Order: sequence, then C-alpha cells, then structure tokens
Amino acid sequence: MPTYTREQIGNMVDGKLQSDSVHRMLSMPKDPERFEIYLDVLQEKVSWKDKIILPLGPHLYIVQSLADKKWVTKCSCGHIFGDYRENWKLNALLYVRDTEEAMSQVYPKLMAPDTKWQVYREYCCPTCGIMQDIEAPTPWYPVIHDFEPDIDAYYKEWVHLPLPERAN
Amino acid sequence: MKKDNLKTKVESISSPELIVVPDSSGGTSERKSLLASGLTLKEHRDGVLLRTKQTGKYNGIATLDLKENDPIRYEKLFSKLRGGLVHSRETAKKIAASPIVEQEGELCFTLYNAAGDCVLTSTGIIIHVGTMGAAIKYMIENNWEDNPGINPGDMFTNNDCSIGNVHPCDIATIVPIFWKEELVGWVGGVTHVIDTGSVSPGSMSTGQATRFGDGYQITCRKTGIKDVPLRDWLHESQRSTRTPKYWILDERTRIAGCHMIRELVEEVIEAEGLGAYQKFAYECVEDGRRGLLNRVKAMTIPGTYRKVAFTDVPYAHPDVVTSSPFAKLDTIMHAPAEITIRPDGSWKLDFEGASRWGWHSYNANQVAFTSGIWVMLTQTLVPTERINDGAYYATEFRLPKGTWMNPDDRRTGHAYAWHFLVAGWSALWRGMSQAYFSRGYLEEVNAGNGNTSNWLQGGGINQDGDVHAVNSFEPAATGTGACAIKDGLNHAAAIWNPEGDMGDIEIWEMAEPLLYLGRNVKTNSGGYGKYRGGCGFETLRMVWKASDWTMFFMGNGYMNSDWGFMGGYPSATGYRFEAHDTDLKERIAQGLPLPLGADRVPCDFDYESKISENARVKRDQQAMTTESLFENYDLYLNYVRGGPGFGDALDREAKSVEMDLNTRAVLPEFAEKVYGAVISQNAKGLWCVDADKTETRRAEMRKERIARSRPTREWMKGEREKILNKDASVQVRHMFATSFGLSEKFLNDFKTFWELPQEWQLPESELGVPTHGMTSRMDLSQLPDVTTIVLVEE
Repeated sequence: MPTYTREQIGNMVDGKLQSDSVHRMLSMPKDPERFEIYLDVLQEKVSWKDKIILPLGPHLYIVQSLADKKWVTKCSCGHIFGDYRENWKLNALLYVRDTEEAMSQVYPKLMAPDTKWQVYREYCCPTCGIMQDIEAPTPWYPVIHDFEPDIDAYYKEWVHLPLPERAN
Repeated sequence: MKKDNLKTKVESISSPELIVVPDSSGGTSERKSLLASGLTLKEHRDGVLLRTKQTGKYNGIATLDLKENDPIRYEKLFSKLRGGLVHSRETAKKIAASPIVEQEGELCFTLYNAAGDCVLTSTGIIIHVGTMGAAIKYMIENNWEDNPGINPGDMFTNNDCSIGNVHPCDIATIVPIFWKEELVGWVGGVTHVIDTGSVSPGSMSTGQATRFGDGYQITCRKTGIKDVPLRDWLHESQRSTRTPKYWILDERTRIAGCHMIRELVEEVIEAEGLGAYQKFAYECVEDGRRGLLNRVKAMTIPGTYRKVAFTDVPYAHPDVVTSSPFAKLDTIMHAPAEITIRPDGSWKLDFEGASRWGWHSYNANQVAFTSGIWVMLTQTLVPTERINDGAYYATEFRLPKGTWMNPDDRRTGHAYAWHFLVAGWSALWRGMSQAYFSRGYLEEVNAGNGNTSNWLQGGGINQDGDVHAVNSFEPAATGTGACAIKDGLNHAAAIWNPEGDMGDIEIWEMAEPLLYLGRNVKTNSGGYGKYRGGCGFETLRMVWKASDWTMFFMGNGYMNSDWGFMGGYPSATGYRFEAHDTDLKERIAQGLPLPLGADRVPCDFDYESKISENARVKRDQQAMTTESLFENYDLYLNYVRGGPGFGDALDREAKSVEMDLNTRAVLPEFAEKVYGAVISQNAKGLWCVDADKTETRRAEMRKERIARSRPTREWMKGEREKILNKDASVQVRHMFATSFGLSEKFLNDFKTFWELPQEWQLPESELGVPTHGMTSRMDLSQLPDVTTIVLVEE
C-alpha cells in the first residue's frame, strides 16, 4: 500500500505534483490515510479556525463552527452559506446566462448553447465572488442539491476518525 | 484446504446426464444435458440467480476457496486467460480491413461461464461485457438449447438492440465452449462494423423513427456449424450491408478471436483440470463483486449524490428528414442520476425522472446503459483488468420502464444510442468525482466526458467505384474532462473506448473519398476552469473522386451534454459547416488560396473567403442532420468536441493561460473575458500574460460577478412565474412532460421545489406536437414465446 508525505499531498492540492507521482497515485491502490492528511493540508490554507469536516469544492467546505460547534457550509473566504444539510446554492448569489448576448461573453458565436434549450447558472460567493459552481440545465430546472454526505458513517465506519461534535 | 483436496473436490462433478425434453409431436424425448449437473441451461442459471439472491454473494460463494487456498494457481489461471483474451484481440484485429476495427480498436472479446456471466474480458469496447452476456442469457432463457440446439462448433450471431445491444453496428459472434460433451462456457467477440444496411449509409444513422430503419438485425441466430459459417448466412448478411468486403473481414476477425480463446480455454482445462476451471469461472465473478464493493468503500464517501445531464434532439429543422411525421419535433433528453452509497459500501444508481424514449435512433436498451457504465468506471473506480459481471452483481440499477434507457416499446430505434449514452453518463462522472474530491483523491477527479461527436457519416460510390459507406471514428479522440490537479487531455480519448485513437490521416483517406484540408486543435472547445477541459480537434474534408455521394452530421449543437465541475465551465457546443458549389477545382488549377487548416473563429467566415462567393454554405448549430447531397470539391468540417473544465477560471495560473494562447487552446478574446488575462503579443506573434495586471483585473471581475448576480431565492421567484405561465420553448416543455408522464415522484418533487399549486400540470397533449407513443405502447415481452432479459429494477 503506497503512502504519501504531507508535502506530496500539499503539492497535489496545489496542482504541483510531478507527473510520475500522479501516475503512481492513479495506478496504485489508494492510501487510506489520505483523508486525514488532506484535511490537515486544507486546514492550514484557510484563514479561519473552524474545523474542516469535509471539503466540498476548491473553495467550499463543511466545517464545525469554532464558536458554537454547529456544522455549516463555508467559503474559503469565511462566508457562511448556512446549515450543512441545506443546499448551499439557495443561499448563494446567482447569475443566469439566458440570452445570446450573455452567452457570447463566454464562448464564440455558434459554440455556446442556444438559451431556448439550455442556460448557464453561475453560483458565486456573495462575499468574495468566487465561482463555486456552474449548472448547465434547461430553463425551469430545479436547483440541484448535489451532495448529501453521510458524514457520521464515513467518519465512524469508513475512515475511523473521531466524529467532531455537532451542535445542530 | 490443501491443493490436492481442492482439486479432488472440484473435479468430482459428474459427466453430462440425460434429460427429458418435449419434442415436436407433443411427447417427450431424451437428450444429453449440456451440463454435468444434468440441468438445463435455464435451470442452471436460475440456480445461480437464486443462490445469489439468497446469500448476497454470487452463486452463493461464501469463500473464495481457490483464491484463498491456492492463490498462485488462481492468479495463474487469471493471467493466462486474461492475457489470452488480450492477445486474441490484438491478433484478430489484424484480419479486419475496416479502420474502425484495425485503427481504432473497436472490438472486444469476452469469456463467459455457462450461465452467461462474464468471467474475464479483453481490452477495447468493453461495454460488450454486458451486451454479449445478455445475448447468451437470452438464448438460455428462450431455450436455444432445444431449438436451434447448442453444439460444439456452433456459432451464433447477434446484434439485436432489444436484447441488449447498444446499436446494430456492434455485431457479436458467440461461440459455446465444450469440454468433451459438457458446455463449460461461452466466448463472445464483437466488432463495430462500418455499415448495417440502415436507412442511411454508415454504422449509425439518423432520421428513422423506429427499429425498422436501424438496419439489419440478427437475433442470436445460429450462423455456423462445425466452425464453418453457413452459406445462407454469408449470402444474406453480405447483401444486407453496403460494405460486404469490410463485413466479411470483420466476421473473420470475430471468429478467429473466438476460436483462439476457445482453444486457450481447452488448453487451460487440459492443464488445470475441468473442476479447477469451473470453480475459477464462478469464483472470479464473486471476486469481482467483492472487488467493486471494496473499491467503493476505499475511494468514495457514503451519501446521496444528485446530478443531471441533457442533450438535444433538434428534429424540427428542415435538414432532418424523418421517416415518419410524428418524429418531427424538437425535444431534449433528460438523465437525472441519483447515486446512493450506503455505509456498507453497497450502492444504487437510480434514474427516476428520465425522459421517455422517442421516435429517433438514440434510445438505449437497459443493458447498453448499465454495461456502458463499466466502461466509464474502469477508467476511474476499477482501473484494473479485473472487471467482469461481479461489478454488475455489486450494483443496484434502477432504470424506470418507459424511459429512453429502458424503453417499453418494441419499435424503438437505437442506431445512434451513443447520442444519449455519452450525455447521460456525464452526470455519473460528476457524482463520482464529488466523492473523490471530498475524500482527497484529487487525481481521480474528472469533470466529465466530452461529447464524442461529430460523427462524419455518409456514403455512395467511392474512389474505387464501389458502393461504400463511411463512418469516421475521429471522435475516438475527443477532449477529456479536466482533473482537479491538471488540465484535461487534448483530442485524446472517448468514453466508450479507453484505447481510443483518432486514426491516421493516410488510412482514413484510403477508406473515404475525402481529402484532408486540415487537422487542427479546435480552439476554445475545452471548458474553462482552474484546470481546463481538453480541446477537441477539427478536420476539414473535401469530397474527391466520389459519385452519388451523401453525408450527414451527428452531434450536439444547441446544448452541451456535459457540465463544468466545481465552478468550471462546460465545453463548447458543436456546430456544422458544409459548403457546396465551392469552385475549389478551379482554384486548385489556378493556384489560388484554398480553405486550409482550422475554422478558428466560426463567425470570421475564413473558409468562405476562399471559396466561390456563390457557394452554398451551411454554418449553424444544427449539428444533427440526415443525408444531404455532396459533389466532388464540396467541403465538410468534422469538429470533434472538447471536455468540461474544473474550478473557477479566475484561479487559473497566468502562465497556463499564456500557454493556452500560444497553443491555440483559447482565443485571445476569451482569455480576456473569461480568464481575466491582461495579454499582449510580441513581434514574433507570441502571446504574453501580465500576471500582476491579471490579478488586478481578476479582483475587479469578482466584484463584477457579485454586482451582476442576485440571491438565488430571489431569482427563483421569477423562474416560478415563468413556469406558471408555461413560458419555455416547446422542447423544454416536451422534455418535462415526458418525464412527468413517467414519474409521479419527479413531478411532485418539481412542484414542491417551485411551490406550484397542486393542480399545476403539464400534459404532453397541450404542447401542440405529435404525441405518438404517449399512451399506446407494446413491449417486446408481449410477443408470444419471448422471455426478455431484465437485469435492472424497472
């Protein structure tokens, strides 16, 4: 079973890993201790002290709030999107590309969707403006609640880590 | 258990016994069972399924005796058989003349146990692990054992899409394997042939409304006896296709591979004993089942993942000539995917809410849909040679009956099922990738698969004066999705063939009367992001030395079939360019400038500036068409799509944007608009990105994002009003209406989300488009004397 150093995992997160290491990671069995090191690396990168419980994206985390131990979804800038069980997109800012003019800002003519068929819904952080997600559905499509992790089972039964206290 | 004891135990199975079967006179007669157990094949399969259901383990195998007690022998068996399968594929493909097989590797050989479950497979188009297995199961369930009989030296051929095949151009040859008088398994070989005699030339076709336009379909027919193809089959099959030369060499490829593998199995049994082989043939499947569960637990996170994908069916356009008037409407494919991973590592893939099958050739049989998922997962979750039907037994699939991935009508067309399949699976990539990302296995993250199109297809009389059909397999080198730590690969791969290849120009020019005037990276085709999707590529083809020639386009145009991931953008959509009456013959003679190379900015009309101003040009998003006439010196642009991007584009390193500019991966305009790059070009034409100024510009752009956006819940109020007013294009409403018609849950979830009145509804009948198929349907299972193969929860 391969193992990787904290530095290697840090390089991976930064996209600086050498290609031979990437190849090794891809071709070898997975290192079970990765998650713990990964959390550690990410925790060091953010400016706040809330404990990261589960990364959801490059700038999005489920965290345990330092102040009240509530689990919330949080942006890397510190913006809180609400309870971790809620669909964070409903508490984000949204820009919808639903006209030809709006689409022409991101793709050449003929290479963007026809907005009678498909729109782009761009969800960004209200505080820092980071693009957290882009949906590409038809008009009318409900805002998708992408991921509802079973964190209890994951921590207790899969990676055997102590489950952080949860006040909500 | 010691090796000797084990050998004794597994070899104690008796030889075939007599079984009583009904005869044609209404009485009974005795014949030898094909199995040592004395059971019929159906009884045997029923037993395997029952033991699997009762124990949760394949065939009730509680312990992997062979593997655990004699691991070296197990691995030796595995390696010898698996190596033989790959070797047979590599050897046999040299027989084929078709570049689809010989260049692209569109073939696969798979070994099955007597119950029709896959033990091992070769490389290649491994979707057919399931499709050929379904054909074997169909023969078992429908008593082929009695009629037409299953004997040593027999060959069966299948390409029937209602049994499980993806599309009719995937022709499978299936050979039973006997040891002395006992059937010990099956080997199947499949090739993607160039033409199946459908309504239009090429292996996949458009415009037909039903199966009856899809081309020649063969239902597990006995096509060979004593290792010799039957003459009626040879005569009939070759005249049922436009390309008999390729057809017959493809058949010889499949037969050669199957016979090589049959011989290999016989050698293995001779060396290891029948009992050991039989034990391996079932234990290996259980091993595969356990292997998948372990991988799910090792790489993912329990929970529920929801993703969705779409693609366009733009059939209202005049350049889509349908065979039936009721097919003439625009609609959209809808594939919502809910992945549930449970704490015990078991998982379920549920497609509740998917849209209905339609009167086009993009429908998919349930086995094509589920088996194809393994092609995808072998590229991420189980990237090993240990893929077999164990993975199927470890997965619960729910494909509601009546959806496009599990039609409930025996008329459905499937010739270009990939139009929906490659789109439908893109949702799964994002679901799995969410798990990998959250767990820290960033190297496995893939934003999705590019849409493997355009398909250049057509036919007529080729440069050799033969009736011919073409099907360029260049989309086997589509741009791949971005990873969470690196860009996607440019013009590199296809979801349906992990060994995809764009093929050599010289070979394609021999196979097609179409000269290359360019083959270039397709600028701006990859989705933007911190890591961008791989770009596709484009080839400009000029018709040359053909006569009575037609071609058509097959791909997505009005919609993306993939999404970006975690803030990345989807790839670009497709479009078409074709030109007629070009005057290129005269231009070549006069040495005038010609349209060469890339169509870099589609609306700069560069090609048009180098052909006659009177040329008839079609340049639009109607990327799905049916046959149109092409003369020599006409042009056709084959634009192969890019992959989706990952992460916020404003996080992309300035140096990477610079590289994109200098490798023509992005247009300067969009380096500025999307990446916020502050750029300049030096005297040598090289682009430079000013990192500091770019950082400043990006800070402004983040503020601009905030300024132009509004709270999601506020936007929802306006969207809700649109829904109440039924304000959407007919294709959008049609998609929702067919999904609502099949799924009350999807309808109720939709109403709940948008807080719609209970009485709100969207019946298909109010849309003003043809509604054939809305209420009247007839499933294959309603035909007399047919037992269909159902491998999913419906």
